[in-house]
Amino acid sequence: MSQINRIAGGQIERSKTLNFTFDGKSYTGHPGDTLASALLANGVRLMGRSFKYHRPRGPLSAGSEEPNALVELRSGARQEPNTRATVAELFDGLEAKSQNRWPSLAFDMMSINDRLSGFLAAGFYYKTFMWPAAFWEKVYEPIIRRAAGLGSMSTLEDPDSYDKGFLHCDLLIIGAGPSGLMAALTAGRAGARVVLADEDFRFGGRLNAETHEISDMSGADWASEAVAELSTLPNVRLMMRTTVVGAFDHGIYSAVERVSDHLAVPLPGKPRQTLWRIYSKHAILAAGATERPVAFENNDRPGIMMAGSLRAYANRWGVSVGDRVAVFSNNDDGLRTAVDLQAKGVDVVAVVDSREGGALLPGIRHLRGAQVIDSEGRLGLKAITVRLANGKTETIQTTALGVSGGWNPNLNISSHHRSKPHWREDIAAFVPGEGGPVNLSAVGAANGAMSTHAALTSGQSRALDILSALGVTAKTTALPKAEDAPISIRPLWYVNHGKGRAWIDQQNDVTVKDVKLAHQENFTSVEHLKRYTTLGMATDQGKTSNVIGLAVMAELTGRSIPETGTTVYRPPYTPVAMGTLAGRSRGKEFKPFRHTPSHKWAEEQGAVFVEVGMWLRTQWLPRAGETHWRQSVDREVLATRKSVGICDVTTLGKIDIQGTDAGAFLDKVYANTFSTLAIGKCRYGLMLREDGIVFDDGTTARMGEHEYVMTTTTANAVSVFRHLEFVRQCLYPDMDVQLISTTEAWAQYSVAGPNARKLLEKIVDQDISDVAFPYMGAGNTTVCGGLRARLFRISFSGELAFEIAVPTRYGDALIRRLVEAGQEFDAVVYGTETLGVMRIEKGHVAGNELNGQSTALNMGLGKMVSKKKDSIGMPLSQREGLNDLDGYRLVGVKPVDKDQPLNAGSHFLEIGAAPVAENDGGWLTSMVYSPHIGSHIALGYLKAGDQKIGKHMRAVNFLNKTDVEIEIVSPHFFDPEGERLRG
Amino acid sequence: MIINHPILGPRDAQEFVYLGDESLIARPDGLAPDAIGAFHDYLYLRNNPAGEHRELWYHEQGDRSWLVVTRNTVTHVITKVEMARDVARRMGRSK
Amino acid sequence: MGNALLKPLTALGRDTPKTIEIGGYRIVERFDVALASLATRRGREKDVAKAAKAAKLPLPVSARSSSTSSYGAFWLSPQQWMIEASFSTHEDISAHLKKIFSDAASITEQTDAWVRFDVSAPTLQPLFERLCNVDLPETPVGYAGRTVIEHIGCNLIKRGEGEVTLYGPRSMAASLLHVLEVTARSVD
Repeated sequence: MSQINRIAGGQIERSKTLNFTFDGKSYTGHPGDTLASALLANGVRLMGRSFKYHRPRGPLSAGSEEPNALVELRSGARQEPNTRATVAELFDGLEAKSQNRWPSLAFDMMSINDRLSGFLAAGFYYKTFMWPAAFWEKVYEPIIRRAAGLGSMSTLEDPDSYDKGFLHCDLLIIGAGPSGLMAALTAGRAGARVVLADEDFRFGGRLNAETHEISDMSGADWASEAVAELSTLPNVRLMMRTTVVGAFDHGIYSAVERVSDHLAVPLPGKPRQTLWRIYSKHAILAAGATERPVAFENNDRPGIMMAGSLRAYANRWGVSVGDRVAVFSNNDDGLRTAVDLQAKGVDVVAVVDSREGGALLPGIRHLRGAQVIDSEGRLGLKAITVRLANGKTETIQTTALGVSGGWNPNLNISSHHRSKPHWREDIAAFVPGEGGPVNLSAVGAANGAMSTHAALTSGQSRALDILSALGVTAKTTALPKAEDAPISIRPLWYVNHGKGRAWIDQQNDVTVKDVKLAHQENFTSVEHLKRYTTLGMATDQGKTSNVIGLAVMAELTGRSIPETGTTVYRPPYTPVAMGTLAGRSRGKEFKPFRHTPSHKWAEEQGAVFVEVGMWLRTQWLPRAGETHWRQSVDREVLATRKSVGICDVTTLGKIDIQGTDAGAFLDKVYANTFSTLAIGKCRYGLMLREDGIVFDDGTTARMGEHEYVMTTTTANAVSVFRHLEFVRQCLYPDMDVQLISTTEAWAQYSVAGPNARKLLEKIVDQDISDVAFPYMGAGNTTVCGGLRARLFRISFSGELAFEIAVPTRYGDALIRRLVEAGQEFDAVVYGTETLGVMRIEKGHVAGNELNGQSTALNMGLGKMVSKKKDSIGMPLSQREGLNDLDGYRLVGVKPVDKDQPLNAGSHFLEIGAAPVAENDGGWLTSMVYSPHIGSHIALGYLKAGDQKIGKHMRAVNFLNKTDVEIEIVSPHFFDPEGERLRG
Repeated sequence: MIINHPILGPRDAQEFVYLGDESLIARPDGLAPDAIGAFHDYLYLRNNPAGEHRELWYHEQGDRSWLVVTRNTVTHVITKVEMARDVARRMGRSK
Repeated sequence: MGNALLKPLTALGRDTPKTIEIGGYRIVERFDVALASLATRRGREKDVAKAAKAAKLPLPVSARSSSTSSYGAFWLSPQQWMIEASFSTHEDISAHLKKIFSDAASITEQTDAWVRFDVSAPTLQPLFERLCNVDLPETPVGYAGRTVIEHIGCNLIKRGEGEVTLYGPRSMAASLLHVLEVTARSVD
């Protein structure tokens, strides 16, 4: 029994058979099928269970608006929940599973909810799970999560990749139905750059689903010919399987291209989907329209669907949803379903037409003035009950019912900037209103032009307008001939009959009664209605249900539909996978890595790396036998302080500052003075924000009369550069200053320790004795017999230290040379941990102290802020509030008991004081183990800390549950007089 | 958004970093007797109009120009883009 | 210049530059170009133009690159350019340029701040439309501008219809090449 509902015709490739499974059962279909069309062809109507009541459901539609037929596609790591069977393109080997049911689709235990519906009406979450609050986390939430889930995700990592891309065009056309194709032909032939995007895997839109003729050929053939012509135009880009999901400012649109979703597995190296950012000068919304149902009692049985979808399954896919078919419509368009199916030999048992009077369809039982009031069939439609014009009811046996309540233009994209849709009585639908995205206009059915002729006309004329705006001349060609029938609708939103449930939003199980309840409880605004009833939420965002819901509310409140209004449309138009938004930025590719010049060497040595921003820096370099990081770090510290250590400091930001006003410029950006710095010297500089808080610090060297090199912290390299450009361009636009970053141009190593000079004397070509190259010296030099280099005598470690820089390409060779030359001194290479230990031993501030809330005064550097000159941050650093004598001051901290560990983040408390906020004295910012002191040491900000040196306090940490007696000391733990670095 | 850079033409706003009100150009004299008060106003008293706003943007992923962009904060319509340096000169910041 | 004791490494940490071919795409790492930035000092526009002309050094208009037999140059920002020269003859490029421009311009060595990849293919659009927002087909030959490729700020120069030079931060060379490779594979 295969494909029992397959009938003649359609755009499927019958010569090829595709095998697929649904809930483990095997079926066959053809290329061109969707999962839904193939299942329907196989006689499978039941495809899912509803979200709340677990009602048996089949597809309501044949497109992306589908609320019911949500399945899990594929398996394993590629399993994807909530996929609409109506748009899932069939491929050989496709595996699909129904969801939201247990143990099986036909017998679902949770359908007990359906019997409990009296308790589960709109707002039940808010009413039921209110009290007690403690029940939320432990009781209610797990119950709701178990019961209310849709599909289940694979918890495995997605094995596929996702691309991003950028497109540029004169005209973006959203939708390739008759209006979109006509617009594309018009603009494409004139030579404009056109992007034509359509979510379907076949261009043509409704032309593929209808029997309309255009120019004496079938609409589908006309579409194929149009596409064939467009594909010969190099200025036209045809993007199939591409959904425009959002409109953004100034002609930017985003679109998702499903590159490989129609394949079992993407081809090697190929992405599964691509997220496009489209820059357009103009855009045309030709997204067509979506049919909406009429709500009646039990209108949700599998087999009941939109009339246009029933017709699409027959015309496009050669599928009759049932052996006996009926139609329920309030407009002429719905009648076409009966005509088309009858022409295909399907038994059309009745057309229930809610409109009274008028012509009858020939050869079909056309019941005017009648309404469908109920249906039968537990897992699929068996019969409908019809109330005839004369008031009598009749039961009609049928296995498929097509319902048409009219068509809603797909105006979503036009409303992404909050433009209010405009109500048109003649078609009983909203069309795009004023104030939509600039240079976007809707054509065809998306603009309420419902006939094929109107679609073609509006597509052409809009394209001509745009070409004229672009200054492109175009020839007007005669429009192809097409039908121009009016839709002749008489609105009917729901059938007023019975006490059962008439479904409006099948995805969220919202009924007419729920809307009435919302009204009764005064949730009458559409936004409240949505939140209270969940109408229009979830994957379909109410594409088939919103307008009915608000029409019912309009009736209840006595307002008009336009007065009631719609909820706000937001991107995305259809669901977008998180992976698509992430693109390639995930896992190790989340962000780029920056490698230091010594990286290769360090890797060879087995270095442990740490991420510092995007940089990978050596954290420490374990040696054989070292099993704990502290062993390595202690060794590195001791060896450096005893003899010499080498550290890669390339990551510090370096900014080349030149110009005749460079010195004056530095005086503006630094709190201390630089214009007086001698050539060949460097100085520590403190940079403030305008609010007086410390922004950054570093040393800046004067390399020549008008040449300086500034260093910044690794973290602030980019923001300091931006700030300097602001000062240069916006504050002092005529200063003669030029800036360029040179961070990456130079490989820079710190060589520190008592033997630093001896080691460097083997490398540097010049005299670097204390006389020739004193403390804070700086200058250009050469190394290794002539290679240009820069040398700075600066120290972060407190030792006699130099920083030597060579062009980056020589950085690898230089570290090898330094290590080799250092062998006789037992030189070590150290990482960021040792750097941290030594700077804390020395009391130097770093990131933890430069925390964006501390002043120079807090750091004990208040005297550095010169009041003799105007610099950024100086004025406000003088504010009273920032100059509290009892404010935070940087102090050193030692545990009284050397074996007690300290924790950064601990708070200072007086001995015996209760650990409450009002007794809080400040906090420990940075902590390390100092092998010299033989205990943990820390820096911290302590209130009036400068007056508390020598005092005993406590460092209390609730997170680590520690309470340690400490001694407040000077932050300069090591060589406070600085004798070593001047050695 | 698209910012029509005076030198480079239309560029995606993603390439820019936003700072704030154009008035940040008008930095007071830090050595004036009332400097603290003037700086307080300069730094903290800003207009936040629903409508036309002249604001500073930095073309960080571009030519590093600071721009003054006149933008309607409600509609995002940009009516004017100028080099901040030229605006600063007009505001008398040439030394 | 070079140095017998110090062996240079490319930005990818290799002795020699790398060339990769994926489908029709050819990605060539260049290691033979010296770079320096040149910025006009205030009021010295005429001096800079005169010196550049005498030295046959091009100073292209905004968003453009150009070259002569000895120098290439591309625009960076108002009154600022990047100058390209052969590394073998101009390793100490800033010394060369300082001789030409004296104190009329600020000159800064940039050679090793960048990794350079020359990317070529009969048509580069499929690759570059997935890398950055530059509208390559509509961009004239000679275009030069900054753009972002997977978070990496790069200078892009369109040398010809099928030839693009990318200068990316040297420290991110491996990440940049990785992006070029995976993207080329996705469109080959």
